[in-house]
Formats: sequence, C-alpha cells, structure tokens
Amino acid sequence: MKKPIAGGTNGTVAVALPRPHARPSRGLRFLESERLLAVVLLAPTVVLLGTFIAYPFVSGVWLSLSNTSVGNIGHFVGLHNFSKAWDDSIFQQAFRNTFFYTFWATIFKLALGMWLALLLNRSFRGKRLVRASMLLPFIIPTVLSTFAWRWMFDPTFSVLNWLLYRTGFIVNKIPFLSDGVYGMWCAIVVNTWRGMPFFAITLLAGLQTINPDLHEAASLDGANGWQRFWRVTWPLLKPVTLVVVVFSIIQTFSDFQLIYVLTGGGPANSTHLLATYAYQVGVATGLLGEGAAISLFMLPVLFIVVWVQLRYLRRLEA
Amino acid sequence: MVIERPWKRWVYFYIPLTVFVIGTLFPFYWMLITAIRPDAELYRSWRAVNNTPFWTLNPTLEHFKDLFAKTTFPHWLWNTFFIAVISTGISLFCGLLAGYALARLKFPMAGALGTSIFVTYLVPPTLLFIPLADIIRNFQLGNTPWALILTYPTFLIPFCTWLLMGYFKTIPKELEECARIDGATRFGAMLRIIFPIAVPGILSAGIFAFTLSWNEFIYALVFLSSPERKTVPVGVVSEMIRGDIYFWGQLMAGALLGSIPVALVYSFFVEYYVTGLTGSVKG
Repeated sequence: MKKPIAGGTNGTVAVALPRPHARPSRGLRFLESERLLAVVLLAPTVVLLGTFIAYPFVSGVWLSLSNTSVGNIGHFVGLHNFSKAWDDSIFQQAFRNTFFYTFWATIFKLALGMWLALLLNRSFRGKRLVRASMLLPFIIPTVLSTFAWRWMFDPTFSVLNWLLYRTGFIVNKIPFLSDGVYGMWCAIVVNTWRGMPFFAITLLAGLQTINPDLHEAASLDGANGWQRFWRVTWPLLKPVTLVVVVFSIIQTFSDFQLIYVLTGGGPANSTHLLATYAYQVGVATGLLGEGAAISLFMLPVLFIVVWVQLRYLRRLEA
Repeated sequence: MVIERPWKRWVYFYIPLTVFVIGTLFPFYWMLITAIRPDAELYRSWRAVNNTPFWTLNPTLEHFKDLFAKTTFPHWLWNTFFIAVISTGISLFCGLLAGYALARLKFPMAGALGTSIFVTYLVPPTLLFIPLADIIRNFQLGNTPWALILTYPTFLIPFCTWLLMGYFKTIPKELEECARIDGATRFGAMLRIIFPIAVPGILSAGIFAFTLSWNEFIYALVFLSSPERKTVPVGVVSEMIRGDIYFWGQLMAGALLGSIPVALVYSFFVEYYVTGLTGSVKG
C-alpha cells in the first residue's frame, strides 16, 4: 500500500502550489529540457575537474617525457626519465618500500579495524563516546598527530623507550627512527594507528546491517564465536570490506605526509615512498621532469585498483 | 542472545577495548602533556631517577606564549579556516548540482560522466602535485590562498557528488513530479523541493569535506611560500623547526591548537561525519 506522498510532506510541497507569478520566466524555460539542464548543472564540476585534474594529468605525462626543470623549459627526451629512475638505487628502495608499506599497513588496518568493529558492535555503556573518540586519529590533521609520534619516537627522549626500559623489556634504546628498517615499521605503525578507525567505523556500519537472527540460528546449531565470524559475519561483510580496502590501498600507496614528517625519507634515503621521493626530486631539487616520471610510476598500481573497484561496482548494479 | 561468563567478557571484551582506547588516545594525551611541560622537564635523561613522564607538577603556558610571540600561528589558523570554508562551499555547490544531474536527469553520456567523476575521486593528489605546481605558477596563483581554494575542490567535488548522488536517489521521484504538475519548473522543483530534503546529506558532505581540507598537506606545502600565508600543517612543519632543532613544547602546543577547531566541528556533528565517512565508500 503506497502512502500518499504529497499528503505526508505537506509543509514542503505547499511551497510549489500553483501561483500565477511562479510560471517559468522566459530565461529559465530552456532549463525544462533535461539535456540543457544537465549541461548547466554539470558545467562547474566539469570545468573545475578538467582544469585541475585532467589538464595536470596530461601535462604531467608531457613533463615526464621532457627534461624540464624549474625556470627551464625542457624538450622531449622520450622515456629517459623513467629508465634513469629505474636504474637509481634510491628509487628502487622507494619502490620496494611503497609496496612493503602498503601491504603491511593494509593488513594491520584490516585486522585491527575488524576487531575494533566487532567490539564496538556490542552494546555497552558509553558506547557513543568510545566510538566518537576512536575516530579522532582520522580527524586530526595527519601532520600534527605524526609530530606527536615523532616526539614519542625521539632518539633521546622517547617515552616508549622509557616505558619498555622500566618494564624490563629492553636494556638499550631502540633506534626507532635512526635505522631504516625500524623507521619503516614505525611508519607502518603510525599509518595503522591513523587509518584503523576508518576501517572500524565503516565495517561497523556494515556489521549493523547484519540480521542478529543469523547469529542466533548459527549458535543454536552449535557454532562457536570463531565459526560464527568466518561463516556468517565475514561472507556478509565482504562487499564493504573490499571497498574499504581499495580506498585504503590507494591512500596508503600514494601516502606522502606521514613519511615526510616522521622520517623525511631518511636515514640515508632508506624510508622514501614514491611520493616523497618524487617530491624530493621534483620540488626540492627542481627537476620537474624526473619528479613527474617518479610519481607516474604509481599509476599502474592505482589503475589496477581502480579497475577492480569499477568492475565490482558494475557487478553490483547488474 | 549468546550468554557469556563474566571472565570471558573481560578477556574478550573489556581488556581489548581498553587497549584500543588507550592506544588511540595516548598520542593526543602526549601532545597535551608535552605542550604544558616546562623545558627543563622535557629534556631530561630517560634514566633520571625522579622522571615522571606521564604527568607534570609544574604545568606552564610558556610554549603557547612562545608560539604566538615567535611565529605567525594565528595567521595560519585563519588561512586554514578560510581556505577550508571557501573550498568546501565551492565543492558543495558543484557537488549538489552535479549529483542531482547524475541521479535524476537522462542525458547522453550520463553513465560515462558518472564513472569519470568516480575515477577522479580515486586520483591521489600526490600523482598530480608536480604538474599542478607548474600550472599554478602559469596562472600566477602561486603563494595565494586561491591556489588552494581552486585545487582542493578537485578531491572534494568527486566525493560530494558521489555522496549527494546516493542521497538524491533515496528521495522518491514522485515528490518532484507532484511539484511539476502543480506548475513548478524542473529547476524550481530541484531548488525548492529536493535540496531542502537533502539537507542532512549536504551537512554530512560539508563536514567531511571541511575535515579533509583542514587535513590537506602536499598542495599547501608546494603552492605556498611566505610564512604568513601558510596553513597550520605546513606552518608547523616548515616554520617551527629551526635548523635541526625541534622545539617540542611549541610544536606540540601548535599541534594541539591546530587540531582543536576541526575536533570541535567533528564533536558537534559526529553523526553527520560518520554518515559522510561510511557514505564516502558506498556507491
């Protein structure tokens, strides 16, 4: 039985009751055509995105094929920038780091985010407050919170070293950021800390759509908590999880600010990601062509991820 | 429901949740305690006997005073706010119109256009900052707030469009049809019937866009150069570290003050923010 919609929302519809002077004026009448209206409505978006995304993209491809530097209009050099980067040992390190960083950070964010979502899905006192405060790392500007982490990892005054020393876990300080391997893991920890709430809250929204009867039925059939998670929750949560993971991979793979603040790519260029190395070459050194080429190395991976996402969306619509 | 023994509830629920809460909030607590701790206590050997790192008995506002006396922090705060508000406004405007068109109107290429807006949503700023820096220079926009006000919408509009499009699709078409039978124009029906109903969606998109632009870093770092023009994140990074020396007290005071506005906005609109967040990944 359909509700009479106009009657149900009296207040809103009353505005549009026929009034002689509200007839479309000559100027606005052309907007009655769906096509024309669509053009008018979409124009601002298309102009802005065209000027500041499509045009820079094309211009970036051109830059990467030229030897342009700041104050120096370059000429075409073919794939020279790409092959030069490929043979550069710092680039190779940054390339490996980017995959390593994305892989582990995503795994941790997914595992911890899922765990936190399951915890938050239960009812307890103060739930709203806990949920709201859990999102803080995601709200607070990354640069500012990363500074707090950098101070916590300080070589001389690290509170974490103090804590581990006092509790008897370590005798000597851990060189958190003064060692490349440790530095990379520290960055993964901070990235996980920052991104986990996003996973938790989105997965929580997914969890809330799961009918509790399903769990009840499963436990009546003798399934324990672990089995209920893998047989009931996980299959139903897969679509949301895939989307969240795709978003997170894109953001982590192209991450810049966290590394820039935490290690600056150091010590000795051992913790660079593609984005921070592109910045160092393209902006700090001023070699625009080479920098543009380095950041374009991100494109194949991003392309694959976006393609997976689009295919998935298509399948949902079909 | 499944019945639980008390000890199980502790092991599987209270303890893990407490660890999550402490782990999540500790860096913020550390920010606060560093900001109010006098220098003499900050730089003390980690093996010192009377070291009490988790609290201080001599809180001071010295670092905050230094922050205002020695840097142009208030300018950064204002710049960040101004840029975030204007770029959010532009993005909402564009996103509303585009979202409505994609959700409601039939026109050729609608599908392709929707897809390409979605693809731009997934293009990260770090892919484009080098050519964009060049373009900003050519447009004579370098070192002005307009460089950011015009480029932030590139990652905000796709998000707003996507979110609002989803919202418009949930509003029954009959509402508009009634209005049009009653003599409203297509444009008028959109403006007076559909947009007012979409206010919660607009608010969600707006809050989320505001926090995103407050958080933005790489464009601001590359496009701005004079100290008083900078945004909070860039100012803290580039103006508060002199040489190799980190003034941690001041840095944490700046980080704290720079986080408060966005945390306030968030705390007033948590529910809208969460809707925006979860909506940002749904189709």
